[in-house]
Amino acid sequence: MINYEKILSDKVQGIAPSGIRKFFDLTERMEDVIALTVGQPDFVTPWHIRDAAIESLKKGRTYYTSNAGLTPLREQICEYMERRFSLRYDPKTETLVTVGGSEAIDLAIRAVVRTGDEVIVPEPCFVCYAPIVTMAGGVPVKLPLRYEDKFKLTPELLRGAISDKTKLLILAFPNNPTGAIMTKEDLVSIADILRGTDILVLSDEIYAELTYGRPHCSIASLPDMRERTIIASGFSKTYAMTGWRMGYTLAPAPITEQMYKIHQYAIMCAPTTSQFAAIEALKNGDDDIEYMREEYNQRRRLILDGFKSIGLDCFVPEGAFYAFPNIGKFGMSSDDFCMQLLEKKKVAIVPGTAFGESGEGFARISYAYSVNHIKIAIEKMGEFIKEL
Amino acid sequence: MDKLLKLLEEDARLTPAQIAVMTQRDEGDIKKAIEEYEKNGTILGYQALVDWDKTDREYVSAVIELRITPQRDRGFDKVAEMIYSYPEVKSLYLMSGGYDLHVIIEGKTLREVASFVSDKLAVIDAVLSTSTHFVLKKYKDEGVIFGSGETDERGSCMV
Repeated sequence: MINYEKILSDKVQGIAPSGIRKFFDLTERMEDVIALTVGQPDFVTPWHIRDAAIESLKKGRTYYTSNAGLTPLREQICEYMERRFSLRYDPKTETLVTVGGSEAIDLAIRAVVRTGDEVIVPEPCFVCYAPIVTMAGGVPVKLPLRYEDKFKLTPELLRGAISDKTKLLILAFPNNPTGAIMTKEDLVSIADILRGTDILVLSDEIYAELTYGRPHCSIASLPDMRERTIIASGFSKTYAMTGWRMGYTLAPAPITEQMYKIHQYAIMCAPTTSQFAAIEALKNGDDDIEYMREEYNQRRRLILDGFKSIGLDCFVPEGAFYAFPNIGKFGMSSDDFCMQLLEKKKVAIVPGTAFGESGEGFARISYAYSVNHIKIAIEKMGEFIKEL
Repeated sequence: MDKLLKLLEEDARLTPAQIAVMTQRDEGDIKKAIEEYEKNGTILGYQALVDWDKTDREYVSAVIELRITPQRDRGFDKVAEMIYSYPEVKSLYLMSGGYDLHVIIEGKTLREVASFVSDKLAVIDAVLSTSTHFVLKKYKDEGVIFGSGETDERGSCMV
């Protein structure tokens, strides 16, 4: 009998299972659960985008593309970045089409981290960064963000986390799970610290189009930051295209060159059909973005007002489609709160601790659901809180 | 365009308080606006969208194309008024193109619809011709796809 524990990768075995997964599995086993757990849009990909994909299939475009992705797609990505965020990248040498934003993150971390390098991971955050850093031989340095800072990365916190081993800072705003954003002013003070160092930034901008009130600002647009920034982004949240697995990286050519090698050997190229859909999205999808953003915004207001009416404190999330209410005052752990809510009222939300220890006392609530669904969920949560 | 109307068109059960939150307006203003819309006929009613095929109700519906001689001074309006006054008529539109009035009617049986066309519509002086098409199946109405329940098929991908 093989003792797998002894022979399988120690690095991979050392990675703890995700807290979100555990909760999802629990929820799936129960019936009639009102879930507020998903991290994906409830919209279907707009028809003209689906149609473009179908058309490409009809025409028999079922081949591999070049490793970096279709040239017209890379050109469209760069045009879009300039149009929306005033950032200029060269389609030939500075962008790669990836399998979702997730691959973009993986490429970025693996391309820059040397053994023993420290990577600052501000938390709460999406769960993938630290494990990827570990697998790349780096050391994740978890940096707890604070409710009183509206879960922004502050210059003080960043300074305290930097050491002479720091290679990379993960900047994931608008943020999953908190809904926090970093404004231009917030980023300027972060840039001031990084300027003149060799620290790179991985800016995960997958939710860039989902900000409410002010447009997203990329740290790469600030003076001296472009040369040290890798942008990871994608189509999933922007165009409701999660299942298409379409993402991209934008980074200076020397970094892109290294990421390209990993991508070429591990992935070859992103799915061709999805790439044709993505071209259509970038060409004719601006109105779709506008429409979905407004829909999310209405639900965001509805859910925040709902929290207020049932006595749940929450800072105002300005991006993504999550709210991160404070459940600390109920005197139980996030895990207990969410578990009891699930057991007693069949409402599923994700404990904040699934996104890092600093998520203790909070829970992630997704509002990528219909208005009616949100109304019912809030009502049930209200009953639950009253009975505590 | 007022967002309030779009919201109500999608879900008439939203309360003024909820709409106020969603659109960042005052609840009192929303109430007043709705009253005003109701008074001036912008909002004409609130109905449930029913898929009758899911019930045991016996019914047929048909689209009837009518060609009409317009009347001096009143154009098509007078004939239209005569036609829409029948309770069997669910919808009535004046069309551009090959015919003039587009009538949607509902009846219990094929025979009932047929006799409505021959007894009530075809006999109107101004009506030049009728062409009746029975509806076989409703796929989508008022923006809603029929037969699809509200199931959330999104996979629980760890995001």
